[in-house]
Amino acid sequence: MGKTLLDKVWEKHTVRELPSGQSQLFIGLHLIHEVTSPQAFAMLKELNLPVKFPNRTFATMDHIIPTQSQARPLVDSLAEEMVVALTESCKEHNITLYDLESKQQGVVHIIGPEKGLTQPGMTIACGDSHTSTHGAFGAIAFGIGTSNIRDVLATGCLAMSKPKVRQVRVEGELKPGVYAKDVALYIIHKLGVKGGVGYAYEYAGSTFENMTMEERLTVCNMSIEGGARCGYINPDQVTFDYLKGREMVPEGEAFERAVEYWKSNASDDDAEFDDVVVYNAQDIEPMVTWGINPAQSSPVSGHVPNPENLEGAEQTSVAEALEYMQLSGDQDIKGIPLDVTFIGSCTNGRLSDLRIAAEIAKGRKVAENVQAIVVPGSMEVARQAVAEGLDKVFKEAGFEWRLAGCSMCLAMNPDKLQGDQMCASSSNRNFKGRQGSPTGRTLLMSPAMVAASSIAGKVADVRELD
Amino acid sequence: MSMKIEKIVGPAIPLRGDDIDTDRIIPARFLRCVTFDTLGPHAFEDDRKQDPDHVFNQEKFQNAEVLFAGNNFGCGSSREHAPQSLQKWGIKAVVGLSFAEIFFGNCNAMGIPCAKVTPEDLETLYKVAESDPTVEFTVDVDTLTVSWNGGRVNAEIPAGVRDTFLQGTWNATAVLQQAEGDIQAVANALPYINNFQ
Repeated sequence: MGKTLLDKVWEKHTVRELPSGQSQLFIGLHLIHEVTSPQAFAMLKELNLPVKFPNRTFATMDHIIPTQSQARPLVDSLAEEMVVALTESCKEHNITLYDLESKQQGVVHIIGPEKGLTQPGMTIACGDSHTSTHGAFGAIAFGIGTSNIRDVLATGCLAMSKPKVRQVRVEGELKPGVYAKDVALYIIHKLGVKGGVGYAYEYAGSTFENMTMEERLTVCNMSIEGGARCGYINPDQVTFDYLKGREMVPEGEAFERAVEYWKSNASDDDAEFDDVVVYNAQDIEPMVTWGINPAQSSPVSGHVPNPENLEGAEQTSVAEALEYMQLSGDQDIKGIPLDVTFIGSCTNGRLSDLRIAAEIAKGRKVAENVQAIVVPGSMEVARQAVAEGLDKVFKEAGFEWRLAGCSMCLAMNPDKLQGDQMCASSSNRNFKGRQGSPTGRTLLMSPAMVAASSIAGKVADVRELD
Repeated sequence: MSMKIEKIVGPAIPLRGDDIDTDRIIPARFLRCVTFDTLGPHAFEDDRKQDPDHVFNQEKFQNAEVLFAGNNFGCGSSREHAPQSLQKWGIKAVVGLSFAEIFFGNCNAMGIPCAKVTPEDLETLYKVAESDPTVEFTVDVDTLTVSWNGGRVNAEIPAGVRDTFLQGTWNATAVLQQAEGDIQAVANALPYINNFQ
């Protein structure tokens, strides 16, 4: 029987079986940021321990970074304190830090791939649930909490139980107007927000094979929204072409050796999975969430479910969602009025996302009732977008062009919804209060759909633009 | 080695609802801090503000040490601030239908057992706690039961995780350190560690 990529990578990184039966897993790449690491460094200090593998640890600052002015000291003194704490920890422990001054700062899940830090066959951990993003390269990448960060800093290892693997296969060509984000939302809608608990998702099939790296990153990013702590795609020529020439990727003969190694980690043709699901790409429409978790979604041509037609726990959860969202049963998705729109985040803040949104924005105007903001995922994404003139296109259309950061995805920075504002967002979570106001409301969709809806001032179908 | 955790005994707070995410347990604005010390009073802050009857607002549940929760508790963000805020508030164990994986892992690393029970048994637990908040529950990690004066239900904790509590190895740093030589050997065998040179 063949092995999955997860089997192979797990095996190569297993130091030993612990007395508890868990694996002691070596972590090949540790990414850190300002929010979840200060307490871990404090714990390390208390234990009087150094960072075991400083060369395998890379840092940036993203969650609390403002997107309007990044002048130091930051206006928010708590944010400034966190930036200072991370800077000092990195200096003390010889950890490479991509800070504001380096001009290479960005959302941690954008800069890992961008710099070529993220590579196939690695184990990658980061104190952020969207670490699943890096699985797009065929890495085993997952989010951890602060005590786990302490363990990785101190030992380069984690105590982990090996997950099962579900192959999520999607076959066929996506219809026009349907993007990677829609595929991710569709899968979560089908399997539910806790369907992936205990599993790693292997995304396979022609739909993913035909995706660019940036599209694959969007899909893997959302794995955790379906409960799967990690999701991955087997590395192929698309992966290798993306990596070639990037800063942290080997060159020449070493690159050839790397490609051979990367290929060897892919799942075998006869690999056995704990579960397999198969979907048809032609069945997927542009998706929009109407509720308070990422599985509560519908094709844009559909309508909000009516709790009266449901029973039991489902009825309760839909009714709770509709009350919070101020939507009524059977209401059309199309036409839901908007106050704010947001394009950015580790899900959809890469150059290709901005290109798609700019194409829609070009020659059009944001509706008067809408505040529309575009936040590049990294300083590098911003530079490339500016070089292509995308910032001008957005500004001319009435979008605000911001500086790199997590921005309104989680609103730990000044970018927040006010009151019960309704936001069309290219981010990953529509939880109650997620975008910074305890009563703020979020509709998740693709960047193309956000751009189209910004123009219309209400939820619009990107396929029906004038 | 960390402390062995065999059982937690205390009153319970019955929190109803599925898919309660870590943004709701501790809203993001409270993550602007470099220690966990001040998080306790902010647990469920936004939910509590919007619902005066929220169980975390009710005086009678303020002494609770065991949290009863629904399905997929702790989903979403990996922020350890969520279980840290619950622990600082006074919670020492969580009993629920199911847990999100990262939250469960964080609780394990902090010494908070999370035990699963069946929907029928959870309903019983909810009702006992709701009708008498002073009832003391025993979450027994060894026998995998939740009991009180008048009843007992079976609970489930995966074997490996259960052992970390019983052996006192839930704070894994020291255990992981023991394999120092093996860690270096595994690292050396990975071609990417030396950039394929």
